[in-house]
Amino acid sequence: MPKRDLISIEDLSRQQVELLLDTAESFLPVLQRDIKKVPTLRGRTIVNLFWEVSTRTSTSFDLAAKRLSADTVALKASGSAVEKGETLKDTAITLSAYGPDIIVMRHPSAGACQVLSRNTEASVINAGDGKHQHPTQCLLDLFALRQTFGRDMDGLKVAIVGDILHSRVARSDIMGFKLLGMDVTLVGPPTLIPRGIEEMGVKVEYDLARLRDVDVIYLLRIQRERIEEGADLLPSLREYNRLWGMSQARLRPGQRVMHPGPIDRGVEIAPDVADDDENLIALQVSSGIAVRMAVLYRTIVGYSDAGSEEVL
Amino acid sequence: MERTWHKPLPAADLLIRGGRVVDPLCGVDAAQDVLVKRGKIAETGKGLAAPKGAREVDADGMLVLPGFVDLHTHLRVPGREHEEDVASGTLAAAAGGYVKVFSMANTDPVIDTAVVLRGLVGTARAEAVVPAGFYAAVTRGLKGERLTEMAELAEAGAVAFSDDGRPLATAALVRRALQYARITGRTVAIHAQDDSLFKGGQMHEGPASARLGLGGIPSLCESLDVARALEVAAYEEAPLHVHHVSCSATLEHLRRAKAAGLKVTVEATPHHLTMTDEAVSSLDSNLKMNPPLREEADRQALVEALQSGLVDCVATDHAPHAPMSKDVPFEEAAFGTTGLETAFAVLYTDLVKKGALDLGTLVTRMSQAPAAIAGVEPPAIRPGAVADLCVVDPRATWTVTGDGFKSRSSNSAFVGRQLSGRVRLTLAAGRLAWEADA
Repeated sequence: MPKRDLISIEDLSRQQVELLLDTAESFLPVLQRDIKKVPTLRGRTIVNLFWEVSTRTSTSFDLAAKRLSADTVALKASGSAVEKGETLKDTAITLSAYGPDIIVMRHPSAGACQVLSRNTEASVINAGDGKHQHPTQCLLDLFALRQTFGRDMDGLKVAIVGDILHSRVARSDIMGFKLLGMDVTLVGPPTLIPRGIEEMGVKVEYDLARLRDVDVIYLLRIQRERIEEGADLLPSLREYNRLWGMSQARLRPGQRVMHPGPIDRGVEIAPDVADDDENLIALQVSSGIAVRMAVLYRTIVGYSDAGSEEVL
Repeated sequence: MERTWHKPLPAADLLIRGGRVVDPLCGVDAAQDVLVKRGKIAETGKGLAAPKGAREVDADGMLVLPGFVDLHTHLRVPGREHEEDVASGTLAAAAGGYVKVFSMANTDPVIDTAVVLRGLVGTARAEAVVPAGFYAAVTRGLKGERLTEMAELAEAGAVAFSDDGRPLATAALVRRALQYARITGRTVAIHAQDDSLFKGGQMHEGPASARLGLGGIPSLCESLDVARALEVAAYEEAPLHVHHVSCSATLEHLRRAKAAGLKVTVEATPHHLTMTDEAVSSLDSNLKMNPPLREEADRQALVEALQSGLVDCVATDHAPHAPMSKDVPFEEAAFGTTGLETAFAVLYTDLVKKGALDLGTLVTRMSQAPAAIAGVEPPAIRPGAVADLCVVDPRATWTVTGDGFKSRSSNSAFVGRQLSGRVRLTLAAGRLAWEADA
């Protein structure tokens, strides 16, 4: 099987993204059956290597692999050789000896996927590396948007609000949203918007009031460690909430809210938004499984359209 | 006063025939034979006859240049000999056409006492293929607190004082260092970096770091610290050397300081002169260095400054690192690239061949200008001078590979690059220090 890494959204063309979304759509009926399993990847081995805590990403990758009948192995940083000082390179070599087809990895450092990929024959799927990329999050966000707004998302206006500086989700989403022709605006405290980000083709705003005409508001969690003692990026969560917290009162009717989770109620999102049926947050989570099934499947069989009939 | 030491190799007897001698100091750019007898240049001119027993080197089509002098090498001794040592580092230097290198004090232990320095002098006398000299630290343990015993270190042979790798973090410390160094006749050199702006930095702050999600090191981090040091140097009327400048904002401060008559000298590295932060998109940890690769406008400003002389010299910041420090995710990797073996070829390929810099200026900036800053005799290809020269084949193209280095480390930012210009032979201090396989 040829190696097909997915490290950054930049690794994909628009056609490939659309094919992935189509593939994900074709898996939806499977997920609604009583027996939610197809034999597509029977005999394939998928390793989930998580060096950072994760709930939804690791769970959904694991479920996605199992729905496709692949054999899965999960490794977490705690309790493994990592705690004994083994380097990523050596972990990669060790795992490769088991002959996995795919290694899904989350790692705290940008560049980790490249090190892994250099040391394994398996295809590497990035499940989040530092502040760099989280491509499958972007794909599931695109999928949720497509489920909501239809296939043509050209010209859809999206605002991403919050801590852009530290967010791998923001970076992947900017690339993916732009790839499909959307209009992207970033909003947040100036200290959390990286210098030069405009060159990704986005607008930067500091004031939520300027988002009246956007269709989608994508909220990011404010990581509490950013305002702890010694950090100088935000005065307080209270001030953040006052200026950038999203409540129903600040939403224009028809605007849809997204969030990659976990949400921090009362900080970036008010309970009346979090609990509103109109938001797309639950749809994002459920989209995760179909999209990750599609990614695993395409990584194994390739991106040419041939073979997609055998999916079901 | 000796400032470099080398092992006792036999003095060379050699006739270098038919090369193009380019020596800006002597005002020569012409095809000449160069006769070396007992390690000294005996004669230059056309149609020289080789004396009995002297080897002849056919340099037809090649460049014969004053040997290069590196003001910024990390030989990693003492303490990190698995990455480099005096023997391997000076052999790498010889292979790059260098005839003198000056090694930094950020070792383990730090070169902050005369005892450590004298030990290194002994090592150089036993192992150095090309003469090696040593910086001493400005502050004990590079801690940025108490000054080293600068007078004794100067007597022991320190070429200059530098806490390279660490900034002199307060204006008061810069001032004390400049004041006290006055009694030694040596210059203080700074690694300019405002730590409060550096925190968490991984690469140049700009569009590329925004896209990659890597912590940014703003150009302000360097230019602000240089500006402060220049103010102090002006107030104290003291000389100052600035290591590895990387951005145009810093150059503006230096331009004004030089115009005002300040005795400030400046180095820039081959990688900052030829590469930009866009290359970091590959997340190749060999491209992680401090100061970081900057933007194209900064790079162009550096090249112009090298041509004009605002940047006095090229210095490699040759920083060997073990694979354990580099074959790891970008964010966990150590800062630094090696450079001695690629410096001339990189600058010849990317600047001279493309018309951005003339060859004579490159030779001055790599050889005679840094020698003058170090206070050593500038290499010159004229009768009576010690043979400090290299023979370079400008037509030879080669690909930089990780396994092709004489350095003990292979963390080069230029791995994979195809370069023009290969050093065929180096005579350092009158000794044959390097000869490439035919």
